[in-house]
Amino acid sequence: MNPKRKQRLLIILGLVAALGVAVGLVLYALSQNINLFFTPTQIADNQAPDSRIIRLGGMVAEGSVERDPESLEVSFGVTDFQNQVRVTYTGILPDLFREGQGVVVQGRVLNRELQATEVLAKHDENYMPPEVTEALRQSGQLDKLKGMTQ
Amino acid sequence: MILPEIGHFALVLAFAIALCQAVFPIYGYYTQQEGFMATAKPLAVMQGLALALSFGLLMYGFLSHDFSLKYVADNSNLDLPWYFRMSAVWGAHEGSLLLWALILALWGVAVSLLSRGIPEKMGSLVLSVMGMIAVGFLAFMLFTSNPFVRILPFMPGNGADLNPLLQDPGLIFHPPMLYMGYVGLSVAFSFAVASLISGEFDSSWARWSRPWTAVAWAFLTLGIALGSWWAYYELGWGGWWFWDPVENASLIPWFIATALMHSLAVTEKQGLFRRWTLLLAIAAFSMSLLGTFLVRSGVLTSVHAFANDPERGVFILGFLVVVVGGSLTLYAVRASKVSTPGEFGWISRESFLLFNNLLLTVMAISVLLGTLYPLLVDALGGDKVSVGPPFFNAVFVPLTAILVSGMAFGPLSLWRRSDDPKLFRPLIVALIVSVLCGLLWPIVFEDEFATGTAVGVSLAVWVAIATQIDVFRKVRAYGSLKTALARVERGIIGMWMAHLGVAFMIFGVVMVENHTEHRDLRMGVGDTQVLGPYDVRMTNVDIIQGPNYAADQATFEIYEGEQLYKTVYPQKRRYNASGMVMTEAAIDSGFTRDLYIAMGEPLDGGDWAIRLSVKPFVNWIWGGAFLMGFGGFVSITDQRFRRRVKVREASSSSEPGGAAA
Repeated sequence: MNPKRKQRLLIILGLVAALGVAVGLVLYALSQNINLFFTPTQIADNQAPDSRIIRLGGMVAEGSVERDPESLEVSFGVTDFQNQVRVTYTGILPDLFREGQGVVVQGRVLNRELQATEVLAKHDENYMPPEVTEALRQSGQLDKLKGMTQ
Repeated sequence: MILPEIGHFALVLAFAIALCQAVFPIYGYYTQQEGFMATAKPLAVMQGLALALSFGLLMYGFLSHDFSLKYVADNSNLDLPWYFRMSAVWGAHEGSLLLWALILALWGVAVSLLSRGIPEKMGSLVLSVMGMIAVGFLAFMLFTSNPFVRILPFMPGNGADLNPLLQDPGLIFHPPMLYMGYVGLSVAFSFAVASLISGEFDSSWARWSRPWTAVAWAFLTLGIALGSWWAYYELGWGGWWFWDPVENASLIPWFIATALMHSLAVTEKQGLFRRWTLLLAIAAFSMSLLGTFLVRSGVLTSVHAFANDPERGVFILGFLVVVVGGSLTLYAVRASKVSTPGEFGWISRESFLLFNNLLLTVMAISVLLGTLYPLLVDALGGDKVSVGPPFFNAVFVPLTAILVSGMAFGPLSLWRRSDDPKLFRPLIVALIVSVLCGLLWPIVFEDEFATGTAVGVSLAVWVAIATQIDVFRKVRAYGSLKTALARVERGIIGMWMAHLGVAFMIFGVVMVENHTEHRDLRMGVGDTQVLGPYDVRMTNVDIIQGPNYAADQATFEIYEGEQLYKTVYPQKRRYNASGMVMTEAAIDSGFTRDLYIAMGEPLDGGDWAIRLSVKPFVNWIWGGAFLMGFGGFVSITDQRFRRRVKVREASSSSEPGGAAA
């Protein structure tokens, strides 16, 4: 094999090996850091693990938002019109957070309640996060959503 | 009232012209008829004019409140100020596609006007490929997203208003800049495809596409930076990057384009890496198409996911498959004919640039995987999952550290062979100084020692000093700074700026991520809170009226000891037309820190939820990015990119590069 070929072969082998290792590590990091999505019914059925951060999607139940008078603690119910999950959160809620609107929350499950680390904002009144649509589809209540946004 | 019809007609006309532009030159190329090839330039200019007319008329529709246009009625309002009515043209789907198409056409016009140094054959093939891309996009617009659709005869008396988030000066500049970058990569793509078609792979195609790639890259850099800055003050609650899928969609082509810039340098100067460079050029534009698909299809949960029509996604996906599939097939058939002459030493500038390319590619692939993973899992019938910042941080912090460590070596090394240790000896000083800076910074300026800060500051100083060493060498070689700046290749000066920009940016990111002071509080009128070295007192809450909104406006007095430093006015706005609520943060911007005060929601008893933060060196992030972008613009002012065909023969690969110059 002439030296030029040999160099090229070594470079290509090296690159393929490096890429392989890199992609392997990336996939490992991915498997450690994904957040699974759950519907209110699944959490009520105790299907969600309590050790990992999960996502919950649904509608903010009407009349369920309670503010602590002293601090920034707030709690509200997230429903798929079959089951309701209590969410507690400390901090500022997004501008478009409202009762009767879709919401996606991230946090840990404790005693079938969700301690939220993040309440995700949406940026358009008409936009419905895919997670919320999915939760309502699973509970068979999707028509309620359609009735609301029209 | 007939103007929108003319706009629509101009759009159809542009489509027809693009069709000719796609077909005639390449037909001329294969049948060797110069007359057909010569149509490319005038057709590209005509397409540009037609789209400019169409775009201008849509903008006129906005300015003149023509609510018979559905797009105007959906995205404008009688109370909307004129400058937001102009930027509203690209505020939603249809108009932003028109901007996309217009910018593509303008790049075509630029190629046809500035390509006198390029052989006729090559130029017309490039324009033909750009015409094909235009055909795809204009068809997409005409069939699925026509901005000139009318609501007649019952047109509304007033419009629904532009999404309040977009009523901001940031939106005036961010999308056009970003699109200039996205679409600009189509030029490098077209050059690559044209050279694959013609089978001419000498280094000259690399020299032709280098300035185009640099400009597109510079626009992309500025566009991403502007987007990040806009997110920071408008919707981010003080964050500057969210690893949101749509942000990622712009970052993937950026990494590939950055790799392409470096690999093009090797191809132009040394004639190496040809196949790889071609592949990168194809990949860069494919990734910007993918980005467009992700943004426009609404398949992702994202801050940019406004209510969308998924049918459109199918069209773009099909287009993506045709473009990527077609160009990769062509590549597979032709690339074996590309010969790569010469070899290079294991320690050489080529090796370091190869290392750079490897890392940038891995970064692009990681963002791609992280972004598409939820879609793939969903499509394969798995669970609904999401991938957030922890993944991206876990991957990016080490990769960036490795990349940045290596950045010092490339510019200091020589082409072909660079194993003389003397070349790298000054780096020992750089290493010592940067580690010392890294260790001392947290001890001197911060309350507690943080490893992340130490490593980050070291890396930033390392890159900055290594760049200075290169500058110093050039100055010594040329006698004075003035002669050096006049004589050194502009590409090298651009590189210095860009690499310094990276150093600034890393420093800013490390500071913001590790030392932001951040508190969410409950505050009422008369309350005082400590914020960094300041005392912040909330003195008042008023109701004020804006042009198309009403707002609660708080007054905060910031005291430095007993002295009043500044009074700021954050707002909570409610827009009249949509009823949407928006937060306007009050930011006191500075060289070493930003003070950030934002109003959350009203609480019982007249109190408000208030966010207070001090963001150290946050402006260095965007400052660094702007320096990188300007470096890109500086690099294209080099004389040799304007040389005519004949001159170029004499000057291949003999230009002085590296430390020997």
